[in-house]
Amino acid sequence: MANVSVDNNQSQGLPPTIFWRIAEDIPQLLQWGLMAISIIIPFFLWWLLASFGTVEDVFLPSPPQVAEAFGHLWQQGHLIQDTAASFLRVVGGFVFAAAVSIPLGIAMGTFASIRALFEPIVGIIRYMPAAAFVPLLIIYLGIGEAPKIALIFIGTLFFNTLMIMDAVKFVPKELIETTYTLGGKRWQVLFQVITPYVVPNIIDAFRINMATSWNLVIVAELVAAEQGLGKRILLAQKFLKTDEIFACLIVLGLIGFLIDLSLRLLFRVWCRWAIK
Amino acid sequence: MHLEVANLSKEFTTKEGNVSALKNVNLHIETGEFVCTVGASGSGKSTLLRLIAGLDYPTSGKITVDQVPVIGPGRDRGMVFQRYTLYPWLNVAKNVEFGLKLQGIPKAQRRERVSYYLDVVGLTQFRKNLPKALSGGMKQRVAIARALACEPKILLMDEPFGALDVQTKESMQQFLLEVWRRTGTTILMITHDVEEAVFLSQRIYVLTARPGTVKQEFQINLPENEQGARSYHVKTLSDFQRYREKITQLLRDSTVEQEVMVG
Repeated sequence: MANVSVDNNQSQGLPPTIFWRIAEDIPQLLQWGLMAISIIIPFFLWWLLASFGTVEDVFLPSPPQVAEAFGHLWQQGHLIQDTAASFLRVVGGFVFAAAVSIPLGIAMGTFASIRALFEPIVGIIRYMPAAAFVPLLIIYLGIGEAPKIALIFIGTLFFNTLMIMDAVKFVPKELIETTYTLGGKRWQVLFQVITPYVVPNIIDAFRINMATSWNLVIVAELVAAEQGLGKRILLAQKFLKTDEIFACLIVLGLIGFLIDLSLRLLFRVWCRWAIK
Repeated sequence: MHLEVANLSKEFTTKEGNVSALKNVNLHIETGEFVCTVGASGSGKSTLLRLIAGLDYPTSGKITVDQVPVIGPGRDRGMVFQRYTLYPWLNVAKNVEFGLKLQGIPKAQRRERVSYYLDVVGLTQFRKNLPKALSGGMKQRVAIARALACEPKILLMDEPFGALDVQTKESMQQFLLEVWRRTGTTILMITHDVEEAVFLSQRIYVLTARPGTVKQEFQINLPENEQGARSYHVKTLSDFQRYREKITQLLRDSTVEQEVMVG
């Protein structure tokens, strides 16, 4: 009780803080430090657990062992081949999905009629887990590239579409109406006002859904593939090479991170106007 | 140019039933006039402007521009909104140019008009700036320039300075009068600010609420300078005060009536 009353006498209002500021930036140095810690501490714990823990090497390889496995895979040429195979599948599926979801999402956001026509069916299909389509896709399309690309297409199409549709709803009505009073036709509003307005949201949607396509490519490869990081992981499991599994997982994480960074870069270059 | 609004009514359908926003509104505007419509909130003044712009449809009545009925929005009726007015991905010059591009006007002519109207609004040096780098007042100047660049028969303004601070608002009013004098554009502006309306207008329509209807029309006779525009000192004149008080009283009475009715 005494402490509380002293506190009240000495300070009025919220006490200042650096770490717990809400919706404000923290000092650059602190930010970089915390970001470094975010990587270093898990890595250090892993190393500690692998070196001094009671877990056997077979189950938890240490960082040097993983690095060694990584070197192996690299020298044999597997790593490049597998990464390229997985990457191309993701890009392929994603490009197809984008080619459909951008026009469809914009159309659904713009026209209540198109929305009424597609929203119910999209709303149902998107709750069907994409991975559940794998058997069907294999029956339809065999075990080549087609079913894998189709899986990524299915897995990202609906979320991309709905996210783009939602973005269109945030185009200010005044902006659309102003365009009419400047002599704009409906198609001009669609292509020259709504579309450029949602470009930043499209890039953001892609960043989020890219993670899904990385998940799905591995699922597809676990089922049937000649090459690919998922296939590599499956092979490694058969021979209990956990170090290779770890190496592949790290590669997966890093590539995903790089894709994310490049989309962010694209955002900065293309959508300078949308950066606060 | 002759804009005529005849027996215009607008009802909105809501869950509680039909609400009459405008009832039997009659007004007209002639070439080169600066007319304001003042009304309290709920008087349907924005609805009126939207109907004239063709962005909404009347329940009954008629709007004509040069005897031609209004059936939808068009570039003969330019519009300036209070907010969200600029294309955020286009710089100032490209915003002003946008309407001309939509209409397929050749490049040389576009460039000429853009530089003329940027000069009119005094933003030539900001031509390369993105909207996010502009102040509220500057944004509205761009919006005005963009609307004027299409050379509409009439410029419709929906509380264009409502979101600005008092100082900026006053300088924008002065600015608008100068633009009006220089370009000779016909202007119909909606505002709830009586002082603004008296300062700017040649004529004022006072709209009362629920249903919105023209209560009275005022001819504003205040001295103009040799260029044909008013300057700030008119606000100190007793005539100015009288207009302001009369209109304010009119709006207050109608608000009281309405509150008594609701109560």
